[in-house]
Amino acid sequence: MLAHPDLTQLIFGRLTIDQLPLHEPIVVGTFIVVALLGLALLGAITYFRLWGYLWREWFTSIDHKKIGVMYIILSLVMLLRGFSDAIMMRAQQALSFGHSTGYLPPFHYDQVFTAHGVIMIFFVAMPMVTGIMNFVMPLQIGARDVAFPFLNNFSLWMTIAGAVLVMASLFIGEFARTGWLAYPPLSDIVSSPDAGVDYYIWALQIAGVGTLLSGVNLLTTIIKMRAPGMTLMRMPVFTWTALCTNVLIVAAFPVLTAALAMLALDRYAGTNFFTTILGGNAMMYVNLIWIWGHPEVYILVLPAFGVFSEVTATFCRKRLFGYASMVYATVVITVLSYLVWLHHFFTMGSGASVNSFFGITTMIISIPTGAKIFNWLFTMYRGRVTFEVPMMWTVAFMVTFVIGGMTGVMLAIPPADFLLHNSLFLVAHFHNVIIGGVLFGMFAAINYWFPKAFGFKLDPFWGKCAFWFWVIGFYFAFMPLYVLGFMGVTRRLSHFDDPSLQKWFVIAAFGAFLILLGILSMLMQFYVSFRNREKLRDVTGDPWGGRTLEWSTSSPPPKYNFAFTPCIHDIDAWWQMKQHHYQRPQQGFLPIHMPKNTGAGIILAGFATVFGFAMIWYMWPLAIISFAALIATAIGHTFNYNRDYYIAADEVARVEASRTELLGHV
Amino acid sequence: MSDTATTMSSPAQPLRFHVEGEHHVENGTMLGFWLYLMSDCLVFACLFAAYGVLGRNYSGGPTAAQVLELPVVAINTTLLLLSSITYGFAVLEMQQNRRGPMMAWLTVTGLLGAGFIGLELTEFSHLISIGAGPQRSAFLSSFFTLVGTHGLHVTCGIIWLITLMVQVGKKGLIPANKRRLMCLSMFWHFLDVVWVGVFSFVYLMGVLP
Amino acid sequence: MKALRGLVLIAVALLAGCHTVLMSPSGDLAVQQRDLIIDSVLLMLLIIVPVMVLIFVFAWHFRASNKQADYDPDWDHSTMLELLIWSAPLLIIIALGALTWVSTHKLDPYRPLDRIAAGRPVPAGVKPLTVEVVALDWKWLFIYPEEGIATVNDLAAPVDRPIQFKITASTVMNSFFIPALAGQIYAMPNMETQLQAVMNKPGDFEGFSANYSGSGFSGMRFTFHAVSDDAFAQWVQQAKASGNALNRDAYVKLEQPSQDEPVHRYASVDAGLYQDILTNCVQPDSMSCMRNMKASDAKASDAGAVRSSNDSNAMAAMPTAHP
Repeated sequence: MLAHPDLTQLIFGRLTIDQLPLHEPIVVGTFIVVALLGLALLGAITYFRLWGYLWREWFTSIDHKKIGVMYIILSLVMLLRGFSDAIMMRAQQALSFGHSTGYLPPFHYDQVFTAHGVIMIFFVAMPMVTGIMNFVMPLQIGARDVAFPFLNNFSLWMTIAGAVLVMASLFIGEFARTGWLAYPPLSDIVSSPDAGVDYYIWALQIAGVGTLLSGVNLLTTIIKMRAPGMTLMRMPVFTWTALCTNVLIVAAFPVLTAALAMLALDRYAGTNFFTTILGGNAMMYVNLIWIWGHPEVYILVLPAFGVFSEVTATFCRKRLFGYASMVYATVVITVLSYLVWLHHFFTMGSGASVNSFFGITTMIISIPTGAKIFNWLFTMYRGRVTFEVPMMWTVAFMVTFVIGGMTGVMLAIPPADFLLHNSLFLVAHFHNVIIGGVLFGMFAAINYWFPKAFGFKLDPFWGKCAFWFWVIGFYFAFMPLYVLGFMGVTRRLSHFDDPSLQKWFVIAAFGAFLILLGILSMLMQFYVSFRNREKLRDVTGDPWGGRTLEWSTSSPPPKYNFAFTPCIHDIDAWWQMKQHHYQRPQQGFLPIHMPKNTGAGIILAGFATVFGFAMIWYMWPLAIISFAALIATAIGHTFNYNRDYYIAADEVARVEASRTELLGHV
Repeated sequence: MSDTATTMSSPAQPLRFHVEGEHHVENGTMLGFWLYLMSDCLVFACLFAAYGVLGRNYSGGPTAAQVLELPVVAINTTLLLLSSITYGFAVLEMQQNRRGPMMAWLTVTGLLGAGFIGLELTEFSHLISIGAGPQRSAFLSSFFTLVGTHGLHVTCGIIWLITLMVQVGKKGLIPANKRRLMCLSMFWHFLDVVWVGVFSFVYLMGVLP
Repeated sequence: MKALRGLVLIAVALLAGCHTVLMSPSGDLAVQQRDLIIDSVLLMLLIIVPVMVLIFVFAWHFRASNKQADYDPDWDHSTMLELLIWSAPLLIIIALGALTWVSTHKLDPYRPLDRIAAGRPVPAGVKPLTVEVVALDWKWLFIYPEEGIATVNDLAAPVDRPIQFKITASTVMNSFFIPALAGQIYAMPNMETQLQAVMNKPGDFEGFSANYSGSGFSGMRFTFHAVSDDAFAQWVQQAKASGNALNRDAYVKLEQPSQDEPVHRYASVDAGLYQDILTNCVQPDSMSCMRNMKASDAKASDAGAVRSSNDSNAMAAMPTAHP
């Protein structure tokens, strides 16, 4: 590249003015709306002089609770983006029949479904799950923060950096047109010479660093920082699922990193890992990506299982049925999730014995999963079930997930999969388990733990609206896809010939519209709850009659979480404390050792974003400079030994006294 | 339930529900770093797997036996193994709180590491000059990536080593620095173990008949 | 089981307005695959239906406002129930696992057929019709080696005669799928997959790529004509009469990406074209041709050293990542 004397090309690489989609009215319109909203937001922050507050209290915060909240904000913002993609696809498929080719040419439609998948998995589901784990898990184990608070902040910002790159692809250049897993040879430099796949690679690699470090961090936290008395078999089930999920993250994400690195080498350095010439083997990519991809599914769904366990026990006012079998089921799923990856490509022709092996291991996963469903069922049995919003999500989950599980086992039978593979039946199946399992779980979690994070409950009316719109919308959107799958309709098509299919796509589009109302209801719920926060205020810190430690502290919890580290004697630690009429200590406070905020995380992630962008567009000098800056900043940060401070005993006493006063009013 | 039953069975002694005084949490750095190393190990596992799949796909290009020179690699291996031993000596000195000798051993370790990288770069440039670069065949792609990733790790280790020597120079053998030295020690030995794998799996199995 | 299966079929047919090709296929393999789907669903419903019912019953009966219902806040274990909730799914999965093992081997797409339909073994002396399938960007090329013809986006075969598909692709991965005939199988460059199938009913059926392969993917469709032996002979004649020849030059032109390609017919096909596509040797002196690789492998080991002149040529032939 240095052979070109042209300075513009040296600086801007292959980025030219033509790469800006100025001739695309839809994209320009979106850009204007996003830009106006962005400017309004930035203006409002400046007007209300919030920059300093945001920088000090949020962006540089190493408090696991605030980081958790920021993860969830990221996921909700990205949910809006990912869902607009979904609406666009549903509209296109409902319109594009016969002579009508719809309003999206393949060039756009292919980007839309790729972006939808990537965003929903990596930048909606992952941050939501990580956010909930970050917020809840340290509180549940009676810790004051995570093991590596700075890394936690850094992980968050690296995830955001990945999201920024994906969003940038909307307005600068384009996103990948390869499907969300970017199988070569389609994703190699010959078939996809544009910047799209490079956006994909760098967004995922940068966000992947964040995910991996966050996995290491949370895992260490659970292993090392549990309160005294909390043996493994006394950990709350959500913490157990968080443990297993983070084991999966640490053991699966390196495979993604390696696979994408090899793909990147093929594209940038001309190596031959997955090419069709000179000995490359594209099937190896498919294997590697699914060795990561299948555990990824359980990375998402296990914490949701944990949430349902907590919610069911709380809202049935009863101990969780079969704690031990719940734990064993979780562990069994964790191990088995590595032995099933080949079921994503039975049709590659691996031979009957290999296919049956992986088909049967897949089915075996349904045994522990089934046991879990029964455990929740028998937790309701002889309970006192109150249908607050989190519990409603849980019941909807149980019904929906059972259907998704059944269709999953159907797909696990290789000869059946030969018919159903890559069809809309498959699309319906994984939405059934990811929406019905992961998203319902995360919505339950948000409604359940929101009062803990902010000190007031979410408005139940709009919560229920969101619930009904989402659940009914889900069935309208995806049951037709099951039918279409049986009609032999394959996924990722932007145009259809057979007009008899259209009615099913129209129904599905209607379902997507209902889900849109569900999402709007959720936004309304946040707004109304914030407006009525005084009415919805909870001063007890325990609005639901909770059972685990997070409910023993105030809402929102103080910086240090617990003035004194709790001692645990039972699975339902806080429930037991309440049974014993535990009194909070009022004096004898000691100074508390806490980590200090730092801006290093956001600065490092900023350099990583610039580096990724420069690599995507072949801006080599900028890439070198930003990479050097990244390394220098990282090394510079290690020279900062002044990373912690003590909260004075007086300060602790003051905070605790104000809580006592509040409790006195109740 | 059984847990509760046993703990609740002695009502004479009321249960304590919080720690009186300060609760010291064990430092998790070593465990965390170990977990990171295990994830790194998986990256290498994937690269080894890729080499296992592609390592015989010469595509008309040179074979391992033709281009890999065992004597050079033997010297390289010796350098890296020796550097692990010298790092071990540095840690022994560190435990005695003898800063000077420790720094000396670290310097030796760093030099051995640099020697290793130097030889590896020579090998790479030789291969590229005879037309056996990473683009030539899938075998060479996977070879360069596996060996190169290891070399990149060693380079990072050297930069880290220098950084730590500066930090020990400035702050002395404070607990934070000792912890960092122990992490780097794990990292360095880990790279050694990976190299033993590379040496046997790539070089010995590739070259010996 | 048969009766139950029938009931389910009727239900599914009603639900989908009789258009679900997967539930009413016309090829023996697809019929068996359909039956397997229904059997497995029935087996799973044994446990799914009770669970669904229990979810609603428990949720309703144990609602907080129902003070008549039992309330036992500390009841969290029952060995009997635990045994039941682990063993019930286990038994279902054992049954399903056995079904999977047997059916996967029986319906393996590579396995030569031993019957053309239930109770009708393959008559002695019937040789399967061989069709070589190449997924191109974005159309399907079908080569009939015995008939010496080729077609694009048009496939025909006699009813009740086993067909052996040999499948590959030119550049990217696709999936060869005729839902009425049999399950799909990937079409991958430089690799061959196989499908052994048979059609039992005459008619025109839809075939397409079931694996996304780029911008022309939606139009990558063809018609599969299942016809009588005579009609098939006519169809072959039609191709012969077209007068076009599919030689290497014609193939290289055809291989260029194109969308919504109409039907082409070729009266003759260059010998060994399919094998050359499979091994990257359509342009025989290309570096990536696998035959050349073997040859130069041999040469290299004779010489015992790398000849750098050869390799610089190789570099020139490489597609490079940089502009």
